[in-house]
Formats: sequence, C-alpha cells, structure tokens
Amino acid sequence: MKCRKCGGRAVLELRRHNTAFCGPDYLAFFRHHVLETIRRWRMLRHDEPVLVAVSGGKDSLALWDVLHDAGYRTTGLYIDLGILEYSRASRARCEQFAAARGLSLRVVRVADETGASIPGVKEATRRPACSACGLSKRYILNRAALEGGFPVVATGHNLDDEAATLLGSTLRWEESALARQAPVLEATHPKLARRVKPLFRTSERETAAYAFLRGIDYIVEECPFARGATSLTHKELLNRLEDASPGSKAMFVQGFLDRGRPLFQGREAVALVECVRCGQATTGEVCAFCKLRDQVTRARPVGGEGPAAAEPDEPPAARGLISDLRAASEIHAP
Amino acid sequence: MKVILRNQAREVDVRGRRRVREVLAELGVLPETVLVIRGHELLTADEVVADEDVLELRPVISGGGP
Repeated sequence: MKCRKCGGRAVLELRRHNTAFCGPDYLAFFRHHVLETIRRWRMLRHDEPVLVAVSGGKDSLALWDVLHDAGYRTTGLYIDLGILEYSRASRARCEQFAAARGLSLRVVRVADETGASIPGVKEATRRPACSACGLSKRYILNRAALEGGFPVVATGHNLDDEAATLLGSTLRWEESALARQAPVLEATHPKLARRVKPLFRTSERETAAYAFLRGIDYIVEECPFARGATSLTHKELLNRLEDASPGSKAMFVQGFLDRGRPLFQGREAVALVECVRCGQATTGEVCAFCKLRDQVTRARPVGGEGPAAAEPDEPPAARGLISDLRAASEIHAP
Repeated sequence: MKVILRNQAREVDVRGRRRVREVLAELGVLPETVLVIRGHELLTADEVVADEDVLELRPVISGGGP
C-alpha cells in the first residue's frame, strides 16, 4: 500500500478516508485534522491558557502533544484515581511526558478530595466505579481550571468515545444527555470552565497510531474497572459497523451534531446554582460530588479514621452501606 | 509467526506467509480495534508477514467511564 502524499510505503490505512499514509505524512495529516477541528469549532485561542486533562493514555497525551507543538499555552492535569498499579503506571507516563517537554503537570488525588481512592469510593457507595470516577473527574477538572485561572479545559475524548456515548444515550433516549453532547461545552455559569474535545473527529485507532509514531510512551493496559463496561460493548458494536461500512461512526456523530442535537437543545435547560457546601455549579442545593464525599465519610467506622480515609491505594473494607445512588448521580455540570 | 495479542495477554503461533488482514481474520480481530506492530513499525492490512515475524496486536479501544 502506498502513501497518498509521497508514494512511499504506507504504515496506516484510513478506510473511512479511502487513503493511506507513510509515518511522516500521517503525523502531518493528524495534526492538520485536529487543528482544523479546533479552528472550525472555535475551541481554543492562542492567547488563553488551556488545562489539558491527561490520563497517561494515548488520546490525552496525543492531544497534549499536538496542542503543545501548535503553540498553545498548555498545562496538564493528572487526576490520580488511586487504582493501584494502574494509577501508578499512568501517572508515571504523564510525568515522563511533561518532563521530556518541559511542560507543567498538576496532580490532584481523588483520595484527597473524597476521603478515598476510586476503589474505596466504589466500596463505600456501592456505586459503579466508572460512575464515581466520571463524576469525580468532571468535578475536579472543572474546579482545578477555575482555581488555576484556566478558562478552558481540553479532554481527549475521541470519535469512538463520542459515538459510544451517543449510542448509549440514544438507546435510552436520554433527551438531556443528547442535548448536552457536543464537542464544545460553553461555560454556562461563572463557576464552569469551557470544555472542548479536539479529538472528537479522530478515531481511537488514529490517535493510537499518532502516539505510536510519535514515540509517546502511553499506558496500553486498560483500567481494571473498565472490564465489562457497557460503553465497551457499544464500541465493539460500532466497530463492527465501521468494519462493514467505513465512515459510519463519523457519520453517526457528525449527523447528530448537524441534524439531531438541535432537536434536543433547550430540553436540558436547568437553572444552575452554586452548591451551598463547595460553591461549585450544580442543579441542586448540594452538588453530586459533595454528596458522594458525604457517602464516603459515612462509610468510615465510628471512632476511627476508617478504611475509606486510609491510604488511597488500599481499598476500604466498608461494607453493608445503603447509598442514595440516585442523589449522587444527579447531574453535576453540563 | 508469533502473534502477541496484548489485550488478551496471550500469544498464538500462526504458520505460513499471509497478509496481515488474513491473520486478523483468522484470529477474529477487527482491524479497527488494533494497531499491528512489527518491531518498531506499523503494518497495513495488505502487508505480507512470514513465519519468522513477531507481530503485536495492540488494542486501541479504551474506556469505561464517561
């Protein structure tokens, strides 16, 4: 297979684009694709600092690499979930990436914010790990942006993530979720930072290839809590569709943004107020994250520090708790 | 050739020269879900691989949380 640009040996075929590239031309193609997405959707400005959420995985590190190379004023934020070896390895990847480029990396530990690591929160609340993790990450990312003076945060959500989320929301016809799904989430409240997803038009395979060809040492192993996640089933289904009909994922997401989402916009309109406890934006009196923290606190045995407050890498043994998961699953922020 | 399926933490032995797409099909792996790596290079589906090659099928699918 030949590179479309130079005619040399291709290393990556992009069936949905009906093309193939050699390494250098693919890197140029990828950068152009991402930067064009940023421009077209007015995601970032060169004169404003951007906080890049990094996990140590291919997507977020590829994103940080592209933004840094393009001259954006980036700072990384790593949220340490306290998931044993997985978190240690992923944090090391982020630190190595930042150090090699002289970039600033901030680290926030979930255990310092909630009183327990993600395994501990899962035990204490009986809430699925992915749910507690997502809530914690959204909250911490937004707060870190506000406290650090970052008007915008960039995440590594890719085309597969967006297509899988869209499929999940569509299967359940979650109107408010469909209204909120977008590559740019504007700051609709003074306590919300703008959120952008510059990789939403690039597939996971494309970001993985970019990271590989750039020599980025990212964590390949999957989070141990992700096994069996519904989103992975959705991704598998979408990839079967993509295999049979290249371009399906992009058509699904882009078509939704062009013609589907406008039908749902306005239905998510909720008044945002400040949480009476932490001051962050929420739809209720107390935000979902503060409720989550309360649940973890209640899980501690009476009269002691308790397992939930212990070393974050040690899953607490708190059991038999009745949790108000509905309360904790309230929307924290759009 | 030795094929390392990283996401399943296993290795399989595939005999005979064939194209990458045929290796993937035999193993039931969707091309969209992996990078095919030989040494320090990526391979496209039409590349021919032989018995002496070592291939890594590196998964590209991640996620679980929102």
